[in-house]
Amino acid sequence: MKTLSKIYNGLIFLFLYAPIVVLIIFSFNDSRSRSVWHGFSLRWYEELFCDKEILNALIVTLTVAVIATVAATVIGTAAAVGMHGMNGRLRRAMMAVNNIPMVNPEIVTGIAMLLLFAFIYRSTGWFQLGYGTLLLSHITFCIPYVVLQVMPKLRQMNQHMYEAALDLGCRPVSAFFKVMLPEIMPGVVTGALMAFTMSLDDFVISLFTSGSSAQNLSVTIYSMVKRRITPEINALSTLMFGAVLILLILVNVSQIRGQSKAQKA
Amino acid sequence: MEKEIIKLKDIAVSFDGEPVLSGLNLSIRDGEFVTLLGPSGCGKTTTLRIIGGFVTPDHGDVFFDGKRMNDLPAYRRPVNTIFQRYALFPHLNVYENVAFGMRVQKKSREEIKKTVGEMLALVNLKGFEKRGVNTLSGGQQQRVAIARALANNPKVLLLDEPLAALDLKLRKDMQVELKNIQKSLGITFIYVTHDQEEALSMSDTVVVMDGGQIQQIGTPQDIYNEPENAFVADFIGESNILDGIMHEDYLVEFFGRKFPCLDAGFGPKEPVDVVIRPEDIDIVSPEKGHLTGTVTSVTFKGVHFETIVDFKGFKWMIQTTDYYEVGRQIGIVLNPEDIHIMKKSAYSGMFGDYSSYSEEFDELADPEADLVQESVDEENI
Repeated sequence: MKTLSKIYNGLIFLFLYAPIVVLIIFSFNDSRSRSVWHGFSLRWYEELFCDKEILNALIVTLTVAVIATVAATVIGTAAAVGMHGMNGRLRRAMMAVNNIPMVNPEIVTGIAMLLLFAFIYRSTGWFQLGYGTLLLSHITFCIPYVVLQVMPKLRQMNQHMYEAALDLGCRPVSAFFKVMLPEIMPGVVTGALMAFTMSLDDFVISLFTSGSSAQNLSVTIYSMVKRRITPEINALSTLMFGAVLILLILVNVSQIRGQSKAQKA
Repeated sequence: MEKEIIKLKDIAVSFDGEPVLSGLNLSIRDGEFVTLLGPSGCGKTTTLRIIGGFVTPDHGDVFFDGKRMNDLPAYRRPVNTIFQRYALFPHLNVYENVAFGMRVQKKSREEIKKTVGEMLALVNLKGFEKRGVNTLSGGQQQRVAIARALANNPKVLLLDEPLAALDLKLRKDMQVELKNIQKSLGITFIYVTHDQEEALSMSDTVVVMDGGQIQQIGTPQDIYNEPENAFVADFIGESNILDGIMHEDYLVEFFGRKFPCLDAGFGPKEPVDVVIRPEDIDIVSPEKGHLTGTVTSVTFKGVHFETIVDFKGFKWMIQTTDYYEVGRQIGIVLNPEDIHIMKKSAYSGMFGDYSSYSEEFDELADPEADLVQESVDEENI
């Protein structure tokens, strides 16, 4: 039984990771071939870093992810605090409204945003598709994830803590920063990380809202693949996979540290 | 001592259309230990929160030192609060928790250090400065909460069921300690509790509340010995409450028999509620008693036996140090000072009959359960 479950486990991991392993191996292949090994080389990495189109896309992706994360975290945290202060029924209604975009098919969200931006552009001349609309759409779809992470922390908090700060002479704003924010910080950080990965990773919504002037990595890769698949993309994918892996490990390590610290306390 | 420090005038509050307080008038003297006592949902915590500035009354005024302070926000009021479950700041250590209020006020480093030291000495927590508040026991956290509130040098300290989460022994110790702190600092304490024993043993003045209204204000002795209605009589201690008729001053009839008493000022033949405390009743042999009854149950309580006795279908509780077995016929003697007469009220007939008395009811009235209920109530608010 035990060996059987080990084999089963092994198979699961094989099927999960085999494609990525192949991709990583072939990113080091010294040839254009996607099936025959011609020896180890870093040439695709070199070419990758000389490819202006990809580098631009990388910059767009990273800056959009960072700005969208910061904006969505601030807006989402503020929204969660506001919703937390509402009475039961209104809060549940708002939570439902918050959750809909997360279950809504991305393609619907993407097309809807495209239509909205196009409509506003037609009538006012603002919001031409480009970096701005890409950023706005990313901020928008990240907010619900932040709210979802912050909300439980607000509920776990001793509800009198904020009042205690007021009682001791804090104005409402400083009571929030001095007492409430440190309490809900773990939720804010998790929310920010989720927002960051969601933004980094997004393709469908970006495809509709980025326009031609500012494309992020996923959209750029997609348009490259339509022309030809070069091993450069293997190299890029390997780097992205590595970056996400490192990020995940960092998060896990910090969580474990936080837990053991909490246990000690 | 005689100066009035806080006055609530004609306060009314409702949450979602449900009246929580109505027509509440209360005046608190400087240096007094006042307890707001009542069952959960009686409005005592809301009253405290109005004084603290966390609830705005729909109607009525709050005065502090003669000045109206309805519109003064909580952070400007010269009062500090000790919250249920303490509400300490977990991301700060003991020192920083106590220093919090002074840091907000931008006090000097030396002054903060001195005051924190004094406060921690006052609550017997010297040497705990660097500890995280989550590493402390419930009693220690309670002490930090007291030190944190007192470090702001409030004129009035508001305490919202501060001892409810502690176990019995610790609660008793903390009662004594709180009372000592109040005496030595001479500041006004307004204390909310549902524990009548706590209220009686600590307070200068007890305010008994029910249904969003004050039922009685008085010294602990007044409240216990001269309850104004059946609710107060039943809520404070145990009471046998009977229907009676006042024939003339100092003469009351119940159970078909006239008894001399110490109360006067009722109309002729006025129906009244008669209160007889279980510990005031003397048991004698049946032939010598004013009334005779049959013992139906006996519970040993340590100090005394709680004996339930059936008098013509109405069951009384009698606390005796002697054991009377179930089924035994006994007689009782009632002296004039054992009998207290109250005017009829909306509460008449609701309390004071031990026919349905059982141990289970005691368990239902468990303070922990009340506390949970209260916090649920607050969440709804």
